[in-house]
Amino acid sequence: MSAPTLAAGARKRRAPVRPARVLLHVFLAGTALAWLAPLLWAVFSALRPYGETSDKGYVSWPDTLNLDNFTNAFEQSDMTHYFVNTLLIAVPAVLLTLFLSSMVAFYVSRFDFRLNLALLLVFTAGNLLPQQVIITPLYRLYLLTDLPGITESGKLYDSALGLVLIHVAFQSGFCAFVLSNYMRSLPDELTEAALVDGASVWRLYWQITLPLCKPAMAALATLLSIWIYNDFFWALVLISTGENMPITSALNNLSGQYFTDPNLVAAGALLTAIPTLVVYFALQRQFVSGLTLGANKS
Amino acid sequence: MTTDTTTKSPEAASVPPPGAASAPKRAARGRRRLLTRRDRFTLALMAGVPTVLHVALVWVTALASIALAFTTWDGIGFDSIRWVGLQNFEQLFNDNPQFWPAVQHNIIWFVVLILIPTPLGLFLAVQLDKRIRFSRVYQTAFFLPVVISMACIGFVWQLVYNPDTGLINSLIGANTPGHYIDWIGDPDLNLWAVLVAASWRHTGYMMILYLAGLKGVDPSLREASALDGANEWQTFKNVIFPTLRPTNTVVLVVTIIEALRAFDLVFVFNKGAQGTELLSILVTNNIIGESSRIGYGSAIAVVLLVISLVVIVPYLVATFRKERRS
Repeated sequence: MSAPTLAAGARKRRAPVRPARVLLHVFLAGTALAWLAPLLWAVFSALRPYGETSDKGYVSWPDTLNLDNFTNAFEQSDMTHYFVNTLLIAVPAVLLTLFLSSMVAFYVSRFDFRLNLALLLVFTAGNLLPQQVIITPLYRLYLLTDLPGITESGKLYDSALGLVLIHVAFQSGFCAFVLSNYMRSLPDELTEAALVDGASVWRLYWQITLPLCKPAMAALATLLSIWIYNDFFWALVLISTGENMPITSALNNLSGQYFTDPNLVAAGALLTAIPTLVVYFALQRQFVSGLTLGANKS
Repeated sequence: MTTDTTTKSPEAASVPPPGAASAPKRAARGRRRLLTRRDRFTLALMAGVPTVLHVALVWVTALASIALAFTTWDGIGFDSIRWVGLQNFEQLFNDNPQFWPAVQHNIIWFVVLILIPTPLGLFLAVQLDKRIRFSRVYQTAFFLPVVISMACIGFVWQLVYNPDTGLINSLIGANTPGHYIDWIGDPDLNLWAVLVAASWRHTGYMMILYLAGLKGVDPSLREASALDGANEWQTFKNVIFPTLRPTNTVVLVVTIIEALRAFDLVFVFNKGAQGTELLSILVTNNIIGESSRIGYGSAIAVVLLVISLVVIVPYLVATFRKERRS
């Protein structure tokens, strides 16, 4: 554990300004700015009224910059509705995924049953498949599953429940893998002692193991919420009514239906990105650690 | 605890601490004897419920894809399913004008991702690993595209590529009628235009993976190399890069899977029309298009599945062999 202290020491002894360092900063700052250019361009376009850009061209000095496009995009397309749709899908999906995959991980990592490794393999491999490999039968399955009175469509198809289920099934493969690795690194003595004292398996899981997994769970929760929020494909295929779509895939419909000018599309697209950006900036550390904890996932 | 997880490379996470290898196994076996009947029931439920859900929706459907690939079915009623053997595949390989271009584009997708954004991400990671000031700011700038949805990235890049209002054409003066460069519509250009956007995102992803890998490099290695008089490039080439092997494996697998999964960006751009066909798009078109050719769509999915398994199986075998040893 000498690495962090060494680094801290190095940072305190401020190095003399070297030309190589200055050059590096110039390079990095320039590249970073170029990297953000497409996003900045979108912001710039979104801030300008359509009339002005069509008169003067897009690359021109702005006379007016305002948030009209954002408010128009938001109101015209009834975005609140789609944000609520997303919320109704993402929140249960994230919670259920974490709950179910942590149980599998607990089972696999704390008990030495013969099929443990095979079970974990099934979960991990499932998550690595491209979604399109399973979509055709899944689509049929969703159409065939009648759920009268449970979902509005009367089927699994075209319902939030259907999306929640596939997100949970698909993502739990990744989470089970990451969590089982994490649980395996926890000291055995803790659960050992509890079991000898007569604690039940459930208690071992709920009261002893899960609280110790908080860092990993937080990392996964951040990652999952961004992934599920950003989902485009499942909703595109498994939802048919535009009204039922989550925000990310709804935007695809909206841009054709309501948005007539590129500035408005820019504003709409940026609005859908805001929640993930907020989550990312607030929980940057969790997000990055989650990504590298399970780097096996694309 | 939190900092601990951030510095752990994926490989480190999958390998338990040395020395603890055999003890937990014995303990686990002993523990099993302590279980009551109720405990066993609880455990069966805990593992069973998630497994049923995952297997039913992911594996059963994958197997169903394989089975359906050898049939024709219009999707209406089970009795219209007809066994046709290899007919779907024959048609796909010989008569579908979109199939081979799609395969080719998936390959190009992978080659571009591994040749441009991956080394670039590694390069940026090495620079940012030098503990320079504002490292976090730079890191965030490069990483931002990874956080945004692919669909949104598609919209943002359309603003850049648009023939008459886009940034590029406006800058190079190609935005007047007759002089348009149609980045999205031209079948010779659009794949490359999409790949620029895909690479833009992939670079940040690779950078983060390599940054995590670099954090795991023992600092004493660097010191030893510096004491031996190696310069920066020599140290990287002979000392740092070889230690990044586990990260490189992960990067390779991630990149192949990304190339096979590519969908959202292209769909938002031009729905995979001329020039940007991909296997994933062909499968999806069979579902959301008017034609409901389930057997045929499944055959394309099986091709995609076979290619993915060629990557997934060796990777998992290697990963899990390590796990079994511990």
